Parts: sequence; structure tokens; C-alpha cells
Amino acid sequence: MNKKFTKILATSIAAAALTATLAGCGKGSASSSTEGSGEIALWTHNAGNPEELAAVQKIVDSYNGSQDNVKIRIQAFPQDSYNDSVVSAAAAGNLPCIVDIDGPNVPNWAWAGYLKPLELDADLSKHLPSTVAEWDGKPYAVGYYDVALAMMARASDLKAAGVRPATMEKPWTKEEFQDALSKLKALGTWEHPLDLGTAGTGEWLPYGYSPLLQSFGGDLVNRDGFQSAEGALNGDKAVEWAEWFRGLADQGFMAKKSGKDSTQDFLNNKSAIVYTGSWAGDKARAALGDDLVVMPPVDLGEGPKIGGASWQWGVTSGCSNAEAAMDYLSYSLKPENIAAVAKATGAIPASEEAAAQIPAFAQGGANRIFMDFSREYAVMRPETPAYPFIATEYGKAVQDILNGADAKSTLDNAVKAIDANIKSNGGYKN
Amino acid sequence: MATASLPTRPSPATPETALPPSNAKGKAPKTHSRPGFRREQLSGWGMIAPAALLLLAFIFIPAVLGFGLAFTNARLISPRPVEFVGVENFARLFSDPTFYRALLNVAYFTVVIVPVQSGLALVMALLINKKFRGVNFFRTVYFLPVVTSMVVVSLLWLFMYRKDGLINEILAAVSFGLIDGPDWLGDPNTAMPAIIILSIWQAAGFHMIIWLAGLQGISGELYEASQLDGTSRWQQFRYVTWPGLFHTRSLVLVTITIQALGLFDQISVMTQGGPMDSTTTIIYEAVQSGYRQQETSYASAISLVFFVLVLIVSAVQRYLTREKD
Repeated sequence: MNKKFTKILATSIAAAALTATLAGCGKGSASSSTEGSGEIALWTHNAGNPEELAAVQKIVDSYNGSQDNVKIRIQAFPQDSYNDSVVSAAAAGNLPCIVDIDGPNVPNWAWAGYLKPLELDADLSKHLPSTVAEWDGKPYAVGYYDVALAMMARASDLKAAGVRPATMEKPWTKEEFQDALSKLKALGTWEHPLDLGTAGTGEWLPYGYSPLLQSFGGDLVNRDGFQSAEGALNGDKAVEWAEWFRGLADQGFMAKKSGKDSTQDFLNNKSAIVYTGSWAGDKARAALGDDLVVMPPVDLGEGPKIGGASWQWGVTSGCSNAEAAMDYLSYSLKPENIAAVAKATGAIPASEEAAAQIPAFAQGGANRIFMDFSREYAVMRPETPAYPFIATEYGKAVQDILNGADAKSTLDNAVKAIDANIKSNGGYKN
Repeated sequence: MATASLPTRPSPATPETALPPSNAKGKAPKTHSRPGFRREQLSGWGMIAPAALLLLAFIFIPAVLGFGLAFTNARLISPRPVEFVGVENFARLFSDPTFYRALLNVAYFTVVIVPVQSGLALVMALLINKKFRGVNFFRTVYFLPVVTSMVVVSLLWLFMYRKDGLINEILAAVSFGLIDGPDWLGDPNTAMPAIIILSIWQAAGFHMIIWLAGLQGISGELYEASQLDGTSRWQQFRYVTWPGLFHTRSLVLVTITIQALGLFDQISVMTQGGPMDSTTTIIYEAVQSGYRQQETSYASAISLVFFVLVLIVSAVQRYLTREKD
């Protein structure tokens, strides 16, 4: 009886294992872009953002209803694993027709041959420049929106400390910023008056902090040819930036590691000035009303800078029905569609016509200032296929510097790694 | 097992009825051995097949590919053709200070984890090897963290380790505000110890179960005999339990070591190798360069070096724990 039982057990385990394997295989091939007759797959990063997903779904539904040739099918991924998923799918040759891409990664994917240059009916010239990703002189991806970095504070706090609110006409200089932080700290209300979002990881690090470096006069890489970071990322200006940045923590103005949710901390009065993006604008205004002041980032020498480019759409080169994919993208760029997505995300609509449809972003609207920031201050993250590598090296350097590593040698190491990477890829030339 | 067959023995009522079965048993090997042997062999292979296929597809083939890739300049995504570059990746690896830091961190982690975790697991196993009411409750409680995913555990501890997190609050409360705990994961000096504590808490239960199995395999007669000889409890442990756990000990040692060398989940979720490389590990570096930085070949080189290291460590352990005659 014992033996019989063992036999049954073993057989059932084997059967279960086999079924699992088969199921795994089946799933693997099903998730690849099975684009049957007239079906086009679209991958998006916003599974964790129901409002944005719903807005995109609505565009897709209306497009599917508008013609009979193709059906677009959405597959949503959580943002954290989205890039890894797409890169793995690309390596396996299983990309869908339409993909969502984080703007700075577009050159890398275009260089790798995964994207087709866009041929759209829509006129992109009127779009915010930072919503169209170009590489090698051709547009490869286009976004419905952009986001803008800003500093937010309470007018009442600034008044109590005797500090002038920064404006676009007269942003704070480095000295004024230092003075403002000292005065705010002296009020004794906050342990750390400034919150730069130092707990952030991943793409936040280059997105949030490379504009500060650029405002000092440094950069992630020499943009002339994108062949080396020497001098840009480890020159005097860059070292100056690193020491200033580290100094903010040393002087007790900000925490080396801020809270998980900087906006919430600011609203809970745990900080006086928060450095965050336009995505926090609506929430902050709802909580603080007229007391909220939205200020441009500090002018650290070369004027205020913010990062440009958010999530954008591209068509993959392996797409068998690229014409239809392009047609869908053109359709989706109608002002009302752009407005719908921008509204859902609270982001800056890509075109003026779309902005006119959203009261907050229309002339005189409460969020109009973010659009102005984007037009005036946006610096694209370096449009080179080396960007993903540069971003990780810079992110690590930022964290190390914040934790007390020597600025010059940390930046030198980053430059060494970046230059070696560019060289080993033959300069990322076509 | 010996006791399990006991009850069946008295069932034959008479010697006559008892004989035929014993005869049949004696003949069985002769008549059935050839065809039965074949079938057993076949079903044996059949049972190995699923595992063997999976191992081949997901362990051996990728490993061989990885060894090959380590000597090329392959990228995760790239339009450039893959070229053979010799030992360039290894030259770069051995001149990278982060790699040595990762080695040091892993060594630190392993050297602390192996004795502490196995020791703690043994103590827990000894405690729950007693027969008393509610022992199953304790077994479950000790085993619970093992059932929880390491990623989930890491996320929870991430909150507990914060500057104003649970652990610092408790420290402040029990010391009446005297101890102002550090930002555990943000300080290069405390980040690794913090991760070690969490890791031990999560994984000790698993090795407790292995120890427990070993403990229950020691015959009760040996304890009875030692009691007759008037041994103390320590002597019982030293001269009965400890030698009886010989094989279990090797198993626990090898599994903990390999598990410790492969430290990754906690790091990826909690510290991303920081602050200042104080928690980076070899596997983390491999994943970081292979995926985030798209340098497949470099990641393969790291993995190859890691493979050789694990092999050496296991070989040394096998040698040290061999059965001496």
C-alpha cells in the first residue's frame, strides 16, 4: 500500500510539473505579440495608474470604434518592471507594435533598431519640444504630456521667515536660496526645511538632480558628439555642484534620506520647501489653496533648469502593420485626446490646443506656470543611446556624494565608467 | 519504519498459511526481476525527465551560454555584432574597486550568517523537539517568516529600519529616550548588520526544520542508554546529539553558505547596494550591469567568477566535513 501511494504521489507530482512547464510555455508564446488578423498590441507602463490607463483605454476604444481595419489591444505593466519587460521582450524579439517609452530611453532603443521613425499625419511642430523624442534627426516617439519640476512652499511660511517668493522673472540665486534656508531653519518649525526627495531612486536621480548640475554649468556628458563625459561630469562646475548638494545635507537643510512621499510630508508640514514635479500640483493646491506658491528651481549660475521628456509612444520596427500603428498614433494625438490624458494625469498637455481645453492649463490657469517652466527651462536628458548607462552611473554618484563620498573621485569614477562604456560600444554610432 | 511493520506480523494465524507467502517472496526476485527491472528503470527515467528537462533548459544551457558570453562584448540590446574580446571583461572586473567591495560584503555577510543562523536554528530546533502542549504553535511561529516572501519581508523591515521607524521607536521607549537610533539602512556602518539581522530572522526557521529532522532521526535508545550512564544534559548533547547530527550539519552548512553567497533580494529591495557600496553584492552587481546597464557580457563575467568562488567554497566545505575513517 505504501509503495502504491508513493507511486501515485510521484506520478501526480510529475504530471503537475509537466503541466506547469507546458502552461509556462503556452503563456510565454501567448504573451508575445500574437497579432492576428487586424489586431495590434500596445504596451503601456501605467498599470499602477488607473486614471491614465482609463484615459488611454478610452482613446483606444474610440479608435477601434472609428474604423474596421484594426483593433488595438492594450497590455498594461506596472511602471517599476516596465522597462525590464520591454528590454527582455526586445532581446527575445517579441515586441508589440506600439510601446510606451520613457523619453530619455528613446535614442537607446532607436539605436538598437527596435523603433521605427515616426511618419504621422499630425503636425508635431506645435507640440512642446520636450514631448517629441528625436534621434539622428528623426522623430522616434511622441508624448501626450510632459511634466515639470518645481519648488513648492507655503506663502505664509516664506513671509514668516522674511523671504521673497521666487518668480520666473526673478528666480532665487544660490546665495538667496542659502539665505532663505537659513532663515526658514531658524524658525525652528522643521528639522529639515528643504525636501529634495533624496529618498528617490532609479530615474528620479538623473531626472531630479541633473538639472541642478546643469544649472551650475556642468552636464552628464559632453553633448558635442556624446563621446565622453570628461570635463562635463567631473569638471570644476560639477565638483562645485556636488559640494553644494552635499552641503545642503551637512548644514541640516535637508535630510540625507527624505521621507517616502515628499509631497505628503510637505502637506503634513514636515518641510517648508519641497522640490517635486507638476504631478503634485493639484494635490498641493487642493490642500493649501491660495497659500501654495509654485516657484521655479534655483538659478545656480546658468539659470533655472528642469528635466524634459516624460512617457512617449513609439512604433516598433518589427511591427507588421506599421501603417495602422502610425494611423492610431496620429488619431490619438488629437487635441481632445491629449487633453483627456493630461487631465487624467495632471500633467502638462503636449500642445497649446489641448491646453486650451483644460482650464487649469489654459492662459491664466492655476497650472499654467508648469507649462511655462517646461517651455523656458526644460533641458532634455542627453539624447544618446548611452543614456541608460549614464543614468545609472550618475544616480549612483549622487547617492554616494550624498552619503559623504569624495566629490571629485566619485565623479571621476563615473566619468571613467561612462567613457569606457561609450568606447566599448564604438561611440554608439550608427 | 521498523515499528510500522510490527502490527502486520501477528496476522497470519497458522504456520501453514504463513509459509506460502514467504515462498512467494523468495521466488519473486527470480521470476519478476528481468521485466520488472526494465520497467523500474523506465519509470525511473520518466520520473527524472521533468526535472532533468527543466534543469537543462533553465540551468545548464544558460550557464554554458553565460560562460561563452563572458568572453565576448555582447549587449542586452545592441545593433552591433557580438565580438570575441578575450579576457577584457575579466581585466575590467579585477580592476573595479566595487567588485572587491562586493566580495568583501559577501564574505562579511557569509561569515556572520553561517554560524549565527545555523546556531540559532539549532537552538530553536532543540526547543521545539520537546513534547509539551502547544509545541505545534511554536513550530508554526518559528517557521512563519520562511513562508513569507523575502521581498515582502524586506519591504516591511524597510519601514521598521527607518530613522523614525518601529525599531528606533522601541529603542527610544525602552531606554527612556536615551538611545537615538541611527538611520539603519542609510548609514554605511549599520546597513549590513541591519540586513544580516533581517536575513537571519527570515531564514532561520527553514534550517530549524532541517535540524529538527536530524534530531528526530537520532534513536531514543541512545538517550536512554546515556541516561542509564548518568550523563548530564550537556554531556547528552555533546556525546549523543551532536555526533548524531553529523550529516544534517554538513547539509545545513552547505545550504546556508550557498544561500548567503547569493545575497540579492534584500539588497535590491532595501538599499540598492548603497550607501556607498556598503551592501552591494556580487549577484547584485551582475544584475545591475546585466539589466540596468545592458552589459550582458560583463554580467556574465561576474557570474562566472561567482560560480568559481562558490565551487571553491563548497569544495573546501566538502573536504572539511568529509567522513574521516
